[in-house]
Amino acid sequence: MAENESSREPILKLRGVSKQFGAVQALEDIELDVFAGEVVALVGDNGAGKSTLVKILAGVHQPTSGSIQFMNRPVALDSPGKALEMGIATVFQDLSLCENLDVVANLFLGHELSPWRLDEVQMEVRAWTLLRELAARIPSVREPVASLSGGQRQTVAIARSLLLDPRIIMLDEPTAALGVAQTAEVLNLIERVRDRGLGVILISHNMEDVRAVADRIVVLRLGRNNGIFTPESSNAELVAAITGATENSVSRRQARKLEPTGA
Amino acid sequence: MNEPQAALDRSDSRVRHDEGIGGAVRGFIDRVRSGDLGVLPVILGLILIATVFWSLNPVFLAPNNLANLLFDAAAVGCISLGVVCVLMLGEIDLSVGSMSGLASAILGVIWVKAGLPPALAILVALASGAFMGFVYATLLNRFGMPSFVSTLAGLLAMLGLQLYLLGSTGSINLPYSSALVRFGQIHVMPAWFSYMTAILPGALILLLGLDRMRRRRAVQLSNPGGLSVLLAKAAILTAVLLVAVYYLNQGRGIPWMFGLFVLLVVLMDYALTRTQWGRAMFAVGGNREAARRSGINVSRIRISAFMLCSSLAALGGILAASRLASSSQQAGTGDVNLNAIAAAVIGGTSLFGGRGSAWSALLGILVIQSISNGLTLLNLSSSLRYMITGAVLAIAVIVDSLARQSRASHGRA
Ligand SMILES: Nc1ncnc2c1ncn2[C@@H]1O[C@H](COP(=O)(O)OP(=O)(O)OP(=O)(O)O)[C@@H](O)[C@H]1O
Ligand SMILES: [Mg+2]
Repeated sequence: MAENESSREPILKLRGVSKQFGAVQALEDIELDVFAGEVVALVGDNGAGKSTLVKILAGVHQPTSGSIQFMNRPVALDSPGKALEMGIATVFQDLSLCENLDVVANLFLGHELSPWRLDEVQMEVRAWTLLRELAARIPSVREPVASLSGGQRQTVAIARSLLLDPRIIMLDEPTAALGVAQTAEVLNLIERVRDRGLGVILISHNMEDVRAVADRIVVLRLGRNNGIFTPESSNAELVAAITGATENSVSRRQARKLEPTGA
Repeated sequence: MNEPQAALDRSDSRVRHDEGIGGAVRGFIDRVRSGDLGVLPVILGLILIATVFWSLNPVFLAPNNLANLLFDAAAVGCISLGVVCVLMLGEIDLSVGSMSGLASAILGVIWVKAGLPPALAILVALASGAFMGFVYATLLNRFGMPSFVSTLAGLLAMLGLQLYLLGSTGSINLPYSSALVRFGQIHVMPAWFSYMTAILPGALILLLGLDRMRRRRAVQLSNPGGLSVLLAKAAILTAVLLVAVYYLNQGRGIPWMFGLFVLLVVLMDYALTRTQWGRAMFAVGGNREAARRSGINVSRIRISAFMLCSSLAALGGILAASRLASSSQQAGTGDVNLNAIAAAVIGGTSLFGGRGSAWSALLGILVIQSISNGLTLLNLSSSLRYMITGAVLAIAVIVDSLARQSRASHGRA
């Protein structure tokens, strides 16, 4: 399984985190470590609890129980503002953009330059610079976000998470709607961000992408930890951990493909 | 406009870049067609209303009648400005009429009955407005009580308090010679001052626009429209304002009270479009959860909006009392409430939240006041006035809904 980096302390350390939504036990007894300069991939089937975990770390949901340590201090992430202030930035699965505001306003929302007399010019310049870094193809930053395509919106959400110089950035399926070039750019960006010493939590259903950038792969299944893998682990191992069985629809399908048809 | 090098924001070749006055006009037409109507319907409506009433009775456009109209518009206009704030969040305050009535009762009781200084009475009235707004916002934040329920309860409670305060006599006359009543009935701007204020907006647009162009060029951003559009805007605005001021000065002139209202509109417009608070207002109205996740304190924004709304309603009540020189049981009842809300919507602030402008209070109240003034001139009873105002409101809401659908299909939510 995974190698243990006992020499360093993780910047983010979760122990026994649980979350209950009424009758649904979305997360149970979750453990997670994220080190500086490391990409942790969080994988699992639909409804495994990945987004819920990310939302807890973003301060959107409060955990039912468990402890969270950030930079070696126990913290209570009781509001999104607090998480952002500490340096935990998030790209949410639903992107959480305001459709009635333009791209610049969305990027800087809650953190505008000069609050009493908004510096639109400087904000627009920062916006263009950030979007260029992401190889974004956005026609105008002065159009409402409602007029952007799904992938363009995703790029805006990613750009926004980088704006505040976070220590940890969490990306909930950031490449789900992106084109080939933009996906490559986001993966490059993840590597650049990691090399700058940030911790990255990446959620993705694309095992190829996950293997390409992740240092560790954490599997969630039905709201529980189900193993930690390295990118070198075999596909069968990963699929087994995600689905919870060696005999499953994925392996059967692969086996069918290997057999010569009609033989 | 020739740029020294490709501007930072001009890298995408698929976007048509509108330059100069022709470009600005084309961009405007595009926006209108996609359902981003802005103030266009209201302006057209105002022109239509003015033409109809003028043809029925030319007195409608006489300078003195227009001055009267402006005197009458200020009080409900102030209330409507507050309503814009809560509508912006997708909330509503149905108690603004009662709030204004209560404020006028407080004014009468403290100032005339108790004989205390009027400034103190005004302060207490405004503070009671702020308090009510705080209560509504807290009910919403703590208990999730929908604002239309809590403000409906507030409407009744404040109406009761107003009647209780005024007691058996039913109304209190304010002294005619007092500055407050003269402010509400007589005082108009001196001619030279009104001309200066007419020039100011154009000059400001020009100066701020030039400064903005300079700063954008310095960081290699393009200047859509450029100097020509800026000059045209400033010139047209100045010309329109000068003509209007000249015309009004042929009669009584421009009421100070209306000047105060316009000043409040300008301040509110600045706050909504140029400050972090204003951004947060639009964000909360557009997507509350996204705003919260961006670190915006949604509860605090709601508190600020409801407090502003009720305080402006109280101010409107004070202005209405000074206009009528009395605090009566009728103050704030009848159509005040709905006129204030209708004005904001007619002016173009969306009932669905996240879209609107401080100017909609000004434009909307001009529409409503014109209708009411014109029908009074024609000696038509208030029954017809209610029906026509109701129809105009319905049209405004239909225009809002249609524009919203059109925006959605053109990607401009
Ligand atoms: N706000 C909520 N209220 C109630 N139940 C919720 C809520 N959010 C999530 N859940 C439940 O928690 C479980 C985990 O959901 P979550 O969104 O974390 O899954 P996920 O791993 O992100 O799945 P996907 O890959 O589809 O995004 C689901 O069963 C879901 O129904
Ligand atoms: Mg998810």
